Amino acid sequence: MKLTVNGRIAFAYTGTREFNAALPTVVFIHGAANDHSVWALQSRYFAWHGWNVVAVDLPGHGQSEGPLCTKIGDYAKWVAAFLDAIALKTAVLVGHSMGSLTALELTAHRPDLVRKLALVGTAVPMAVGDVLLDAARDDEDKARRMIIEWSFAPASQLGNNHAVPGMWLPGNSLALMRRMEKGVLHTDLAACKTYSEGLDAAKAVSVPALVVVGARDMMTTPKGAQGVIATLPDARVETLAEAGHQMLSEAPGAVLDALWKFANAK
Amino acid sequence: MFEFDTLSLHAGARPDPTTGARATPIYQTSSFVFEDSDHAAALFNMERAGHVYSRLSNPTNAVLEERIAALEGGIGAIAVASGQAALHLAIVTLMGAGGHIVASRALYGGSHNLLDYTLPRFGIETTFVDPGDIDAWRAAVRPNTRLFFGETLGNPGNLLIDIEKVADIAHAAHGPKGGGVPLMLDSTLTTPYLIRPFEHGADIVFHSATKFLQGHGVVIGGLLVDSGRFDWLSDHAREKFATLSAPYHGFHNMVFAEESSTAAFLLRCRREGLRDFGACMAPMTAWQILQGMETLPVRMDRHIANTRKVLEFLRAHSFVGAIAHPELPEHRDHELAKKYFPKGAGAVFSFDLKGTRAQGKAFIDNLRLFSHLANVGDAKSLVIHPASTTHSRMSVEALASAGITEGTIRLSIGLEDAKDLIEDLARALKAAEKTK
Repeated sequence: MKLTVNGRIAFAYTGTREFNAALPTVVFIHGAANDHSVWALQSRYFAWHGWNVVAVDLPGHGQSEGPLCTKIGDYAKWVAAFLDAIALKTAVLVGHSMGSLTALELTAHRPDLVRKLALVGTAVPMAVGDVLLDAARDDEDKARRMIIEWSFAPASQLGNNHAVPGMWLPGNSLALMRRMEKGVLHTDLAACKTYSEGLDAAKAVSVPALVVVGARDMMTTPKGAQGVIATLPDARVETLAEAGHQMLSEAPGAVLDALWKFANAK
Repeated sequence: MFEFDTLSLHAGARPDPTTGARATPIYQTSSFVFEDSDHAAALFNMERAGHVYSRLSNPTNAVLEERIAALEGGIGAIAVASGQAALHLAIVTLMGAGGHIVASRALYGGSHNLLDYTLPRFGIETTFVDPGDIDAWRAAVRPNTRLFFGETLGNPGNLLIDIEKVADIAHAAHGPKGGGVPLMLDSTLTTPYLIRPFEHGADIVFHSATKFLQGHGVVIGGLLVDSGRFDWLSDHAREKFATLSAPYHGFHNMVFAEESSTAAFLLRCRREGLRDFGACMAPMTAWQILQGMETLPVRMDRHIANTRKVLEFLRAHSFVGAIAHPELPEHRDHELAKKYFPKGAGAVFSFDLKGTRAQGKAFIDNLRLFSHLANVGDAKSLVIHPASTTHSRMSVEALASAGITEGTIRLSIGLEDAKDLIEDLARALKAAEKTK
């Protein structure tokens, strides 16, 4: 779907389904220098199994016009504005990486929009090393390659993904980041690094939460997720043994199963 | 990220988790069992990924697809029945009747046949240009142009394309506001070891894996690789590439470019092209190509080293005329070769005998090590006479424009000891000279 948010074109993938107010809704929020398509193997299943899907392209990403947001709080406000624009009452909110921070912040400040919260590949606070941040500013492709190194579990670095036949996942992840305008990666990483309100936001969350952890995640390590897990009042954890930060593509079925079970739990 | 030689051996593969088998297993099965009815439906509707039927995907083929994509620096690939099937799949995925291609005139004869004779019957036309004439590429663009196409080493005269310049023209086709078209290159003769065309601006690459990738002349296979870079959803591309940017009624109104920002082209290739045209690769073939690719770097080094020795010999021989190899300073594209092929400009080249047609025949018939057959890129050295075989359907004018004469001999230099190859050539040249 395409609509106008804050006077600019905004896009969300819906699984090629019309929005049906009678159905529950799940909202997917992607990570830094990514777009809605990272959720392809989770969102489409929901869309064809009785859910509305709103997998947004954050401003300045994919098909949504900029400007970029420089703070997680602003991304959260933009998503809220998107959901208000489609008159959504409440949704299961799912975020990956930077999207998980956006989802957390949105849940804390607009609890009316969120009935469940899923954080996939998260760490709060989300430490971003100066080496990566500087590379994102000075040599984007170097930064992208660092992210690939740290995002895929060791076994995935050489591929052999039976999950997505024919796809070379490290190359695909690199190509998606390369599609972004210059500066997007640095701006997003800086937004993650400077987001210091995450644990306060987690304290304010009153809805059930799920945290999906990749045991081999070197971008948002399992250790980095412990703070938010401990702070969220009602959190359950799913740990994927062989997955890294790119678990949406490395272990798409396991992520989908975890989200599906959580979203449909009474 | 791992280096090329490592990826040649390992990309896409890991020891079999069930048996511990180190080599990639050959999944010789037509079909794959569904976990339950919901799983079956989800696979068919692309809600979950996985294998359904080996015409669409197969685990052995998937290892090969990952490997070539990794070596090319792409996002993914599709293994198909032949290089010709790869070319056909790419074209029919990008356009239908009314489409137009701008192509280099220096093409493999089979590709030329498809574009010049067969596709017009289905409403797709091609304008052929001299690959080195940059202005000609630009001038050939029509409102309905959907693709630029050429070979990394133009067959058989080794005419080169200035890839970066032609890519720029392709991407600016239809004017600054008109959106561009993708550049597709056939990299069969170079393999990703000698050039990675995506690094120079190409958008799609395909291979006849029958040649250097497999390397031993034992199977027929093709590989189509996507860079994931072309923006099918720009305002202008939406109009021109409806197969990727408009709802497809044959798949629940899926908009492939919305389904995957990077892999729309491959998705449609697989979900429509393989499904409907069915030119899939057998898993045994995929396995054999994988075996070849494990040694691609060391083989290509030897192919190049032997080629250079053979070139040195031929160049000094009084009965040999023009030699069409871009590493030679007299070749028209020598400077381009230095830029694009620092590791070597291929092991397939043609040369002219200073003699009659009968002497050319005598030359071929007196070779002992060189096999006279219709292939290139084998571990064994090969020879053919293009005008009477691979390019026999082309007119004399078309032959000339592709750099071929009736006396042109094409060699594919193999991995034998170069001394033996040179002795074989010397003996055959002597026999030809004596022929009346």
